[in-house]
Amino acid sequence: MAHAQQQSFWSRYVFSTDHKIIGLQYLFTGMFMGLVGSFLAYVFRMQLAFPGEPVPLFGVVTPLHYNALVTNHGAIMIFWVAMPILIAGLGNYLIPLMIGCDDMVFPRLNRLSYQIFFLSTVVILVSLFVPGGGFGGAWTAYPPLSASAQYNHTPWGAPLWLIAVALEFVAFLLGGINFVTTVMNARAPGMGPMQIPIFVWMVVIASIVFMASVGPLVAGAIMLLFDQLLGTHFYDPKAGGDPILWQHLFWFFGHPEVYVVLLPALGIVAEVITVFSRKKLFAYKTILYTAFATGIISFFVWAHHQFVAGIDPRMAHLFTITTLIISVPIAEMTFAFIATLYGGSIELRTPMLWALAFIAEFLVGGVTGIFLGANATDIYLHDSYFVVAHFHYTFFPIAIIAGFAALTYWFPKMFGRHMNETLGKIHFWGTIIPFNFIFLPLFVLGAAGEHRRIYSYEHFSQLFTPGLQNLRVLATVALVVMLLFQFVFLYNFIRSLFAGEKAEENPWKANTLEWLAPSPPPHGNFAEMPTVYRGPYEYSVPGRPLDYWPQHLPN
Amino acid sequence: MVASTDRQRGSLGIPSAVLGMVLFLATEVMFFAGLVSAFLVVKARWIGAWPPPGQPRLPVEVTAVNTVVLLASGVILWLAAHDRAGQQTLAAVRRRSLIAALLGATFVTVQGFEWTRLLAYGLTMRSGPYGSFFYLIVGTHAAHAVAAVVALLWAVARLGSQKISADGFRAVRLFWYFVVGVWPILYVLVYLM
Ligand code: HEM
Ligand SMILES: [Cu+2]
Repeated sequence: MAHAQQQSFWSRYVFSTDHKIIGLQYLFTGMFMGLVGSFLAYVFRMQLAFPGEPVPLFGVVTPLHYNALVTNHGAIMIFWVAMPILIAGLGNYLIPLMIGCDDMVFPRLNRLSYQIFFLSTVVILVSLFVPGGGFGGAWTAYPPLSASAQYNHTPWGAPLWLIAVALEFVAFLLGGINFVTTVMNARAPGMGPMQIPIFVWMVVIASIVFMASVGPLVAGAIMLLFDQLLGTHFYDPKAGGDPILWQHLFWFFGHPEVYVVLLPALGIVAEVITVFSRKKLFAYKTILYTAFATGIISFFVWAHHQFVAGIDPRMAHLFTITTLIISVPIAEMTFAFIATLYGGSIELRTPMLWALAFIAEFLVGGVTGIFLGANATDIYLHDSYFVVAHFHYTFFPIAIIAGFAALTYWFPKMFGRHMNETLGKIHFWGTIIPFNFIFLPLFVLGAAGEHRRIYSYEHFSQLFTPGLQNLRVLATVALVVMLLFQFVFLYNFIRSLFAGEKAEENPWKANTLEWLAPSPPPHGNFAEMPTVYRGPYEYSVPGRPLDYWPQHLPN
Repeated sequence: MVASTDRQRGSLGIPSAVLGMVLFLATEVMFFAGLVSAFLVVKARWIGAWPPPGQPRLPVEVTAVNTVVLLASGVILWLAAHDRAGQQTLAAVRRRSLIAALLGATFVTVQGFEWTRLLAYGLTMRSGPYGSFFYLIVGTHAAHAVAAVVALLWAVARLGSQKISADGFRAVRLFWYFVVGVWPILYVLVYLM
């Protein structure tokens, strides 16, 4: 410790190669970007509910503003919130601790990864303020709209947006290499493949899926950037290019990407529900193999996003079938979680509430995906608010609900203090209830035919009926309420950092190795490097006095 | 490489530097697969003759010779690292690696020279999908080749002062083999088909 104290603030917190510092850097950057992304959503939802009125803290929303707000909201929430928090932040912080080693295998590569990510964050933020404004071609950036400033009116915003996304991919590529190599080569003695906590496995599988899917998108992004900046015609049908090509390259990455974020979230839920129901994880191996299977199948469903893009109907049938198939492993994992809960002594602490909410809310997202995956129904529902509601019932549980489960669960380890339970529960209900009031109305609106990319419904008399407009206002009001409740979390978080009740090493009486380290863990993590004797989920083992059995205790 | 030094740890048996490079190369394979499939899709949908009439002819023969140069660099690097007699000195390893790097640099230089001629004949990135894909695919490979040359020179310098581990050197060689190995595929696809 004495050594660590001699280091300057800069080398300790800014240019550190310690996996915990890098993890926290990712985590805090992700949380900050979460605030940015939420603000963008607030502005465009206000415009939809009260078209043309000046929005407090923003002003009047023009059509170009509107497009840039929606586009960057989506891109930021996926690439700068879900990915950094769930994978890079928690993965960096937790993987070495959970597998019982002192750091990542490539610490300097790890630092480089965050630096590139930080740069990408600066670029995306700057791109919102350049002449012409931020990019407005949707997070999917379909050409020809995205390929030419003549159509998108953002000569600076569009290329900067692409560059930011590309940098972000490089950062996560470096991170992924680090995660997989570390878990393969640096586990504590005795930790075989089946003793690795599910969360760690999930980050590994997610990293592999990410690395295998991102290459074609980077290729496509370079081509798009060339179309924008050099005047090539890769996606320009007039000159023999092919705009649908981008859709294939994008969704070949884009669909696996949803599992890249889903799997770590499932891992978080697995860790939390076993601890707070004092039960062994039901069917560890099934969950593990199912996750691998999901990762593989996720490469064969992408064209379900293109049912109305003029693809061959025979191909559409094929992708309908694969899409229906992929819902099977997801359902299987959900059942395994419910079976884990069954008969457990459930303790409803804040992290557990979040984990249970994840299962309930994600279910809605998964089930509505089936309607979209069937090409016949999707032809009607495509590009409507039904799709928007569907993916928010998946992404919100993943990025926000599981994110809060993780933050509240590992907070004592990360900062050595407890968060306040009462405030935690107020925040929980203040988030979950409005969440449903935002997105349930959107299912109804989507089914009523509301197209998802419209700036003001005033111009569409069939959609501007009082009934539908009331639903829009309801969703917007619920959003504002939900955002206001986030201040409860911020207050609780910041207050607990400095004044929370002190936490000992293992406040939740959990089995995994991170709870053996001091809270917060020092540089090097463990006073004595642990050896592993059993799997991570030995709770309530009959014949033992204690209802938990940490992995590092000898028999 | 902090944690991997401990021999007792759960491990795959593949050194970390090598495993990390293999993962990176897997991403690279997918990246090139993306470029190539985009090329094949646009070509398959092209109406009329391919290459489109009126476009300059690609330097098939010169590039064939150049391909042999690149392949030779791979063989020499392989020989530098795999000495059957086991009597190779460090100096010999460095010398052969240096030759490989020089052959790689030759490959890139000849490519660059051919590019200037093609540009003069009017084949540009903007002259249609034929030119766009040519420069995109061949240029991406050239960028990789330059990176490989730099990495190999760096490794050779570090070998002298013993600052690179055997595994680190192996990782650099793997990257080189990738750059060499992917080229014949691109050559056939872009120049011959
Ligand atoms: C793993 C969690 C999931 C996430 C994060 C997710 C996310 C998304 C996103 C972001 C979109 C909208 C893309 C756009 O901007 O157009 C989308 C659309 C879609 N999702 Fe999901 N999804 C998930 C699960 C599922 C499941 C389980 C299915 C089917 C069994 C499914 C089927 C679809 C289909 C078919 C569409 C395209 C709808 C259309 O555009 O017409 N999704 N999803
Ligand atoms: Cu999908």
